[in-house]
Amino acid sequence: MAEFKKAGSMLEWFDQRLGVINFTKVMMTEYWIPKNINFLWAMGVLLTMLFTMLLVSGIFLLMYYKPDVNMAFDSVNYTIMQEVAYGWLFRHIHAVGASVVFLIIYIHMFTGIYYGSYKKGREMIWISGMLLFMLFSAEGFSGYMLPWGQMSYWAAYVITEIFGGIPFIGDELVVWIRGNFYVADATLTRFFMLHVLLIPLAILGAIVFHFYSLRFPHVNNEKGEFFDFEAEEKKYLAGDKKGSKVIPFWPVFLSKDVFVMGVFLIFFFYLVFFHYSFAMDPINFDKADGLKTPAHIYPEWYFLWSYEVLRGWFFEIAGISGKSLGLMAFGFANVIFLLIPWLDRSPLVKPANQRPMFKYWFWLMIADLMVLTEFGKLPPTGPNAWVGFGASLTFLVLFLSLPIITKMESKKKAGGK
Amino acid sequence: MKEFKILAVIMALVGITYYGIEPYAHSVMHPEVAAADFSFNDLHNVDTKLVGNVENGKTLVEANCIACHAIDAAGHPAVMSNADAAASYGVVPPDLSHAGRIYDANYLANFIFDPVSAMHLQHKFSPDSGKTFPMPSYNWMAPQDIVDIVAYLKSVAVKVTDDKEGHKATFEAACGRCHNMKYAGFEATTPVDVIKAHMGATPPDLSQYIKSRGEHYLHSFINDPQILLHGTSMPRVGLNEKAQEDVIAYMEEIGDSKKAERNSLGIWVMGYMVIFAFLAYLWKRKIWEEVH
Ligand code: HEC
Ligand code: HEC
Ligand code: HEM
Repeated sequence: MAEFKKAGSMLEWFDQRLGVINFTKVMMTEYWIPKNINFLWAMGVLLTMLFTMLLVSGIFLLMYYKPDVNMAFDSVNYTIMQEVAYGWLFRHIHAVGASVVFLIIYIHMFTGIYYGSYKKGREMIWISGMLLFMLFSAEGFSGYMLPWGQMSYWAAYVITEIFGGIPFIGDELVVWIRGNFYVADATLTRFFMLHVLLIPLAILGAIVFHFYSLRFPHVNNEKGEFFDFEAEEKKYLAGDKKGSKVIPFWPVFLSKDVFVMGVFLIFFFYLVFFHYSFAMDPINFDKADGLKTPAHIYPEWYFLWSYEVLRGWFFEIAGISGKSLGLMAFGFANVIFLLIPWLDRSPLVKPANQRPMFKYWFWLMIADLMVLTEFGKLPPTGPNAWVGFGASLTFLVLFLSLPIITKMESKKKAGGK
Repeated sequence: MKEFKILAVIMALVGITYYGIEPYAHSVMHPEVAAADFSFNDLHNVDTKLVGNVENGKTLVEANCIACHAIDAAGHPAVMSNADAAASYGVVPPDLSHAGRIYDANYLANFIFDPVSAMHLQHKFSPDSGKTFPMPSYNWMAPQDIVDIVAYLKSVAVKVTDDKEGHKATFEAACGRCHNMKYAGFEATTPVDVIKAHMGATPPDLSQYIKSRGEHYLHSFINDPQILLHGTSMPRVGLNEKAQEDVIAYMEEIGDSKKAERNSLGIWVMGYMVIFAFLAYLWKRKIWEEVH
């Protein structure tokens, strides 16, 4: 073992044992970020903060929540909301946070697509990000069941029912997932376990992995420019802070993020205190009743687009039932974003608006997702069903044509403006 | 500035989506309904312009009503236990101590004349349905007599304070024979299964209905349930505007008891965040001056 000198300060004492000085350099003061970025690059830090808020508020809820079909509803709506001091605040933060986290995830994701931040070495960043998206989806879905309201019950019923469409094993699979023939106590207790233990653990792991995957390729920048990070670092450390193309994570990058966070939190707390019903559906304040189907069943807003991709296929085509077609489209929608790095055949890393064809594709895709989201909520009757079908079909066509469009784009101009 | 442009684009896209899935979708799923009618204009069997005579009303009530109804305020106790009354009538007849205060006078007179049509329950209690309503119609009485009864009920009506206690009294008088309010520890005077057998539907526990239905819905629903829930067994109870407001206020006091705390704390937290954001901006400016 190495000789230990008597430490002259507390910092030195810790440094001897944990190497904190070097650790801070590697993680913070000499972790380099490009300078030409805008506030869209603050979304990752916002997400980390939101996850922390969900974790902390969730732990408080966990102290009073009772995962039992006879007690869950009252433990949330009476004990937590009305008896426990500031229990309502934790619930509002948790429910609004769970909804808003998806808004930020979507902004983060579409920023990545817009700037092409998923290719040329950044594939693993994208994949680990999509993994987080899937884990958060599972977390949101399992959490929504816990208050055991009408929408908890019926959304769980409808979504688990979807798996019944899988050939051969479908029926057994539904029973396996629910732990019963219908959504019941066994379903609640297992989703409770997933929600408070397994998925949060996996999310923590995935966050670490996501951050690690950023280390080597570095984050992208507003122009999609590639430059020599080492040379720029040296410039910065030598004192040419203005001339260097990079900034350190701490304090320069974070000082901007903290400001963005401040502005975001004004908006966030406005929602938490004064405008929360978008995240806490009124219908969910009716206790779950397996005999009373609500007039309108819809998932949380962040699932609406994929729900509509599923629902859009309502008639038989070539002997395949609408239900099966919908299921196939739904499966497609859920994996296709993961494959974007390989669907985009153009080597160009540029913001979408500077790409001659991709820019149309990008804004069309956004518009289509908005239409899907809207019609995923509206009752699927009359013309709505056809709009849903059109938007769902457009979604498939858009993604299937992406390789062709980007291939043409890269041929059309090998260089670009 | 470029960052503002980006922000504006995001806000526009999020705003449009929000508008579509919240206000707009709700307007499609829950279409607007006619405003509440607190004069109960559809009822005109009894001319309520007549001037009531309290003395005669007292005689008539004692002869006709107290066989079923308690009127605690006038010293008439219930003749049966709740359990027996529930078994005999299907619904426990309410204590009429508050009747003169909570019901609209026109409604009340017409209710005494013919309860079923006043409650809009013809679809449940008609000669063809084979079910008879437990309270008789007093359509054989002269309008003057009915108006006298109403005048008497008004004269004995208990006054209540305009606070949670008062709201509670109104709620229990108006809804308490059918609905539980679990979060206030209140159980309906009629047992749930008896009501279900009698009316064909279970009156829900109202503890969270201020949240699940909201004030707007309740305002219209209580005034005339058939408009929003066509064919329902929930009767039109005929509350006047003040009494209905008290009932809704009580539902909020029980179902959303932290509302005041939420609103006042909200302002402070937001104010704190504004200051935080401002200081963060100054700090950011200072740091970025060195690199720009
Ligand atoms: C045979 C028993 C009986 C008699 C007699 C009777 N009632 Fe009733 N009354 C009931 C029952 C039962 C109810 C509850 C009905 C329900 O809610 O379905 C009721 C309900 C009421 C209500 C509540 C109406 C509302 O809109 O909620 C009033 C007011 C009332 N009675 C007044 C009277 C008056 C005044 C008399 C005498 C003229 C009278 N009742 C005589 C049994 C009776
Ligand atoms: C005579 C019994 C009776 C009385 C009195 C009564 N209700 Fe009801 N109520 C019912 C029944 C029965 C239902 C269930 C109706 C159904 O499922 O169709 C109901 C349903 C409701 C609902 C649910 C409506 C919905 O959207 O599902 C509300 C809210 C309600 N009542 C409020 C009230 C209030 C407030 C009062 C007092 C002012 C009241 N009720 C008085 C019998 C009653
Ligand atoms: C990772 C992000 C998370 C998301 C997206 C999420 C999402 C949700 C959602 C949508 C609900 C239902 C909200 C409501 O209607 O009240 C919920 C409830 C709940 N969550 Fe989470 N959650 C997350 C993390 C956690 C964590 C880490 C814990 C605790 C370890 C936790 C514990 C709970 C509990 C106990 C409830 C039930 C109480 C309630 O419904 O209010 N959550 N969650």
